[in-house]
Amino acid sequence: MNVTEKILAKASGKNKVQPGDIVDANVDLVMVHDLTGPLAVEAFKRIGTARVWDNNKIAIILDHQVPAESVKAAELHKMLRAFAKEQGIRLYDVGRGGICHQVLPEKGHVLPGTVIVGADSHTCTHGALGAFATGIGSTEAAAVFATGKIWLKVPETIKANVEGKFKLYVTPKDLILSIIGRVGADGATYKAVEFTGSSIRDMTMAGRMTLCNMSVEMGAKNGVVEPDETTYKFLKGRTDKPYEALKSDAEAKYEKVFEFNVSKLEPTVACPSSVDKVKPASELGNVTIEQAFIGSCTNGRIEDLRLAAQVMKGQTVKDGVRALVIPASQEVYRQALDEGLVEIFTDAGALVCGSACGPCLGGHIGLLAAGETCVSTSNRNFIGRMGSTQANVYLASPATVAASALTGRITDPREVEAKKQ
Amino acid sequence: MKVSGIVVKFGNNVDTDVILPGKYLALMNPHDLAKHALEGLDPTFPGKAKKGIIVVGGSNFGCGSSREQAPLALKYSGVKSVVAESFARIFFRNAINIGLPVVECKGISTAVENGDELAVDFDTGEVRNVSKGRILRGTKLPVFILEILSDGGLIENLQRRVIKK
Repeated sequence: MNVTEKILAKASGKNKVQPGDIVDANVDLVMVHDLTGPLAVEAFKRIGTARVWDNNKIAIILDHQVPAESVKAAELHKMLRAFAKEQGIRLYDVGRGGICHQVLPEKGHVLPGTVIVGADSHTCTHGALGAFATGIGSTEAAAVFATGKIWLKVPETIKANVEGKFKLYVTPKDLILSIIGRVGADGATYKAVEFTGSSIRDMTMAGRMTLCNMSVEMGAKNGVVEPDETTYKFLKGRTDKPYEALKSDAEAKYEKVFEFNVSKLEPTVACPSSVDKVKPASELGNVTIEQAFIGSCTNGRIEDLRLAAQVMKGQTVKDGVRALVIPASQEVYRQALDEGLVEIFTDAGALVCGSACGPCLGGHIGLLAAGETCVSTSNRNFIGRMGSTQANVYLASPATVAASALTGRITDPREVEAKKQ
Repeated sequence: MKVSGIVVKFGNNVDTDVILPGKYLALMNPHDLAKHALEGLDPTFPGKAKKGIIVVGGSNFGCGSSREQAPLALKYSGVKSVVAESFARIFFRNAINIGLPVVECKGISTAVENGDELAVDFDTGEVRNVSKGRILRGTKLPVFILEILSDGGLIENLQRRVIKK
């Protein structure tokens, strides 16, 4: 069995499972946030059970509309706080957490070999730590609150084997965009994507999270990386809970194997309004921008901010461009302060905001007007995603977005680097 | 379980951001959500859906976010069912969980036009274009999913199955 099959077998008390089997899996962690939680709480109350199945296996994180951007949002936050208090559930409030997919691993909630479901499609991020993690809806989250179980079809697995070493300013974001470009926006629908190969072994947890995060953009049920020393090192000091590091057998079966080599990979951009419309940044021509956004559950980690700061240090954001930087969590924010990154961004004329999802989902902070263009480190460029349905969103790496903020057009970061010397 | 209605047709990769834009996610009343159903592609959609329609989609219908508000907005705007070449998995589960019947049907996007009358039998998977007299075979749903749908959704199903056992 491969790692996904092993986790699902273990969670459903079976010795063996195969693709197509429907299993009733025990859930190790369920998460909801401020935009999916309220519906989940309402649905839970309708079920009629007084208590949740296990309050230690539930997390509520306020991150989408924080701090409350309207009275309506404030009311929803209040309702979630009350529910968390009543049930004894851990709630990460404003200023205490950040984006759910950063907070969960950071605070030790994500363990290898476990089943994690979250009422957010980017829950697949947590596969980076060797967990089976997938997105569900609010009603299903309510059902898990009540029963601790979920039915899952064991998926076929696509292996994405990645070899080679990244060139300067080429990142895991460029890799996942190029993978999605090749597999297609629905090329992995219902399937697991397992990332393997020497590049993945060399990659930081942050990079692995970027890859797994965007697996859903090719339709995948989950993205996963086998745990290794990098994983164990990340977990050290974050959790003292025991876990089982499940790995794929040598004879594990895969539906398809895609081979990638990053040695020749270029900074890559996804053009409006589909994530699989990818091109090298250098081939875009003159695409002028009004906004540059560095942040989100895809690319708001300290490694991402360091890279953006490296490009922006001593430079100035182009007139007519708004540059927004949003650290993915309070911990990342604090680290960015300590390392002098916030200083670099603010000196350049970028606005550093409090940890939240920000403009990524077009709910709050930094929305776009009709006719405007944004280059963003986030994960979706759909019509209307970041505000007006007449706005354009391009997706790129933190290095490319930082370089573009400086030039006012979508720019290969190596072009900016060459001019510095 | 059977439904029939007039077809309103869309293309491939209809994502949840166009089905229900992020700025409306704080609306808790499904009737308020319904006023913005498919606003990203066709602002006149809620008017068309009012009389009870069937949405036909291409591949990867409902891709993107896990927002259950997307199928809720469709259901409360008057959509009786969504029939598509294929669905994004979270949307598919969400639709069933809130009691909006969905069926995967290869060839549907070329077999029907806007305004055709469609009749769907979820027990057999049969999708019939009444206007053109053509029958297509959709994917038959497993029995436990049909039960969730006939109960009206997952919560109602749980109330019956778990709580009142």
